[in-house]
Amino acid sequence: MRLSDLPLRQPAYVDIIEWDRLSPSEGQRLREFGLCEGASVEALHHGGLFGRGPIACRVGRMTIAMRRNHAAAIAVRTGPEGGDA
Amino acid sequence: MSALPLVALVGNPNAGKSALFNALTGARQKLGNYPGVTVERKAGRLALADGRPVELVDLPGTYSLDPASPDEQVTRDVVMGRQAGERLPDALVIVVDAANLDNHLRFALELIALGLPTVVALNMVDLATRDGLELDAGVLARELGVPVIPTVAVRKRGLDHLKSELADVIGGAAAPLRAGGESADFDTLRAEARRIARAAIVRETPSRRLTAAVDRVALHPVLGLLLLLGLLFVMFQGVYAWSEAPIAMIEGLAEAASDAVAAALPDGIVRSFLVDGVINGVGSVVVFLPQILILFFFILMLEATGYMVRAAFLMDSLMARVGLSGRAFIPLLSSFACAVPGIMATRTISDPKDRLTTILIAPLMTCSARLPVYAVIIGAFIPARSVGPGIGLQGLVLFGLYVAGIVGALLVALVLRLTVTKGASGGFLMEMPKYQMPRPQDILIGLWQRAVIFLKRAGTIIFASTVILWLLLSFPRAPDAASQVDHSIAGRIAGGLNVVLEPIGFNRDISLALIPAMAAREVAVSALATVYSINAGDDEAKLERSLGERLKDQWPLPTALAFLAWFVFAPQCISTIAVTKRETNGWKWPMFMVFYLFALAYGAAGLTYWTATAAGL
Repeated sequence: MRLSDLPLRQPAYVDIIEWDRLSPSEGQRLREFGLCEGASVEALHHGGLFGRGPIACRVGRMTIAMRRNHAAAIAVRTGPEGGDA
Repeated sequence: MSALPLVALVGNPNAGKSALFNALTGARQKLGNYPGVTVERKAGRLALADGRPVELVDLPGTYSLDPASPDEQVTRDVVMGRQAGERLPDALVIVVDAANLDNHLRFALELIALGLPTVVALNMVDLATRDGLELDAGVLARELGVPVIPTVAVRKRGLDHLKSELADVIGGAAAPLRAGGESADFDTLRAEARRIARAAIVRETPSRRLTAAVDRVALHPVLGLLLLLGLLFVMFQGVYAWSEAPIAMIEGLAEAASDAVAAALPDGIVRSFLVDGVINGVGSVVVFLPQILILFFFILMLEATGYMVRAAFLMDSLMARVGLSGRAFIPLLSSFACAVPGIMATRTISDPKDRLTTILIAPLMTCSARLPVYAVIIGAFIPARSVGPGIGLQGLVLFGLYVAGIVGALLVALVLRLTVTKGASGGFLMEMPKYQMPRPQDILIGLWQRAVIFLKRAGTIIFASTVILWLLLSFPRAPDAASQVDHSIAGRIAGGLNVVLEPIGFNRDISLALIPAMAAREVAVSALATVYSINAGDDEAKLERSLGERLKDQWPLPTALAFLAWFVFAPQCISTIAVTKRETNGWKWPMFMVFYLFALAYGAAGLTYWTATAAGL
């Protein structure tokens, strides 16, 4: 499942990040936000009146906002444990 | 530059760095700029525990030493001793958010590896506790190899301890041990940060987080938008409702000063200079200080509470439609106060085309310098009647002018993104900080700095333009019967300019006011005040009347409306042109901006005038 499709408030962890779908600077910023394979994530809010807006999600202990196309580059697995897969 | 030891405060954004800086230095701060870049340098003085004074500099927040914006580049260059105009710091205070150790420790490790004497401030420990997190600072200190002091900047907790540790590391060690050029790669640092964070966490209990609860409303697609609109409505209402009393007070003072001068001096050129030029001119601008401070109060509050990023989140889908990102909302909202800090705030936008577009439309946000102009014209020409329960016509017109600016900005952005700044949109990636109760002192310091900047402007640019205008209006002296304004140098210049402006309904006096208004928009008001003040001459009855009443006599309604429309797109004040030149590294974009704004302003004023005349107003 993609982070963009993850139901709200369902704990998951990052499986694979397709870095080549992100620009180098976006990739770097996401890394600095603590997004990496194995990180625990949870979608918190969908923005925009018609569901086309950005997604706010928790990554570790941080909350970050990103657009849907970025979230679509992140594959997640649902499950409570983050773990260092 | 002082030769005091330099201590740099550095850390991630949202680590509470600025609050710590304010708590350590108080109101004695010096704002400046790094040479060659427009990044603000914030410095202050601090006495260490042993009494030694040091200079503390607050570096822009960044996530790593791999900069993504000009601000972040300054941080990297300062800590590496490569920033022009700044010496290598004698020590670093690394600020980390206790509740976000995994992330902030990675950057801390990167900084510690630089080998400068370092103290870590484990900040916002109270919020971490609120989140059910208990940390062992001793374990952290042992793992990091530097002193770690738990602090709560907003409550001044841990500051003395921080100052005494800082005294120990400065001058204690000999030359800083440089850890060579090699630094660990990103993943190694992250793994290490994670290991240390886990070791330092004594207990972690899941707890209901306040932020998550508030965000359910604040980020809700419908409720959140209503909340945002409500906040903006209260903000603009507050600008008017709360400013009446202080404005009346300033007006009273100006009047008393005029009377005192008039009583003390004989009628003549000196008295005219002081009353018409200085007191009337500068006073008519200073009177807007309360409104400007109220506007800044709201903007500082929205930023300090952490709400501003939520607003950006809500606005992202709308901004995306005109090819911008939600991030642009923050500089644009600041531009309602003043385009200069607004344009400087675009530095946080990493995509160059997003940033350029945002800079180009920032002046279309109705800045506070336009308020004086709107307020005078609306007060004179729009009847103060109610058009619905609780809705006054004057307020409605003002609201309409703000909306016209916003709609204009969005349309211009759309056109720019399809033409001159064509390209893929940059996207939207932001950290959303936890909500925080702002410390009153932090807000007050921010307001104080804004007030000083405004009064300095009033005392320099606005004062000078008013005085020059008075001179140009007063000389050469007209023969007894002739009008002084017609006869003056300024009157003749304006007469020439009026050939261009007459078709859009502007009279000679407006042309005259527009010239000094390039220095600062609000000067248009003081210029009109000076013109009509000089025109009135010694006629006591005329002098008694307010500027609004005089305008009402002299201008037809379509002219007044055209004047308002002109100011919606008002061509640049010089400070905005200057900051645009600095931020875009050249004259190309500021020239483009001035040209397109002039064209829009001329078109809008013309359309308004012709329509209003045709409608028989």
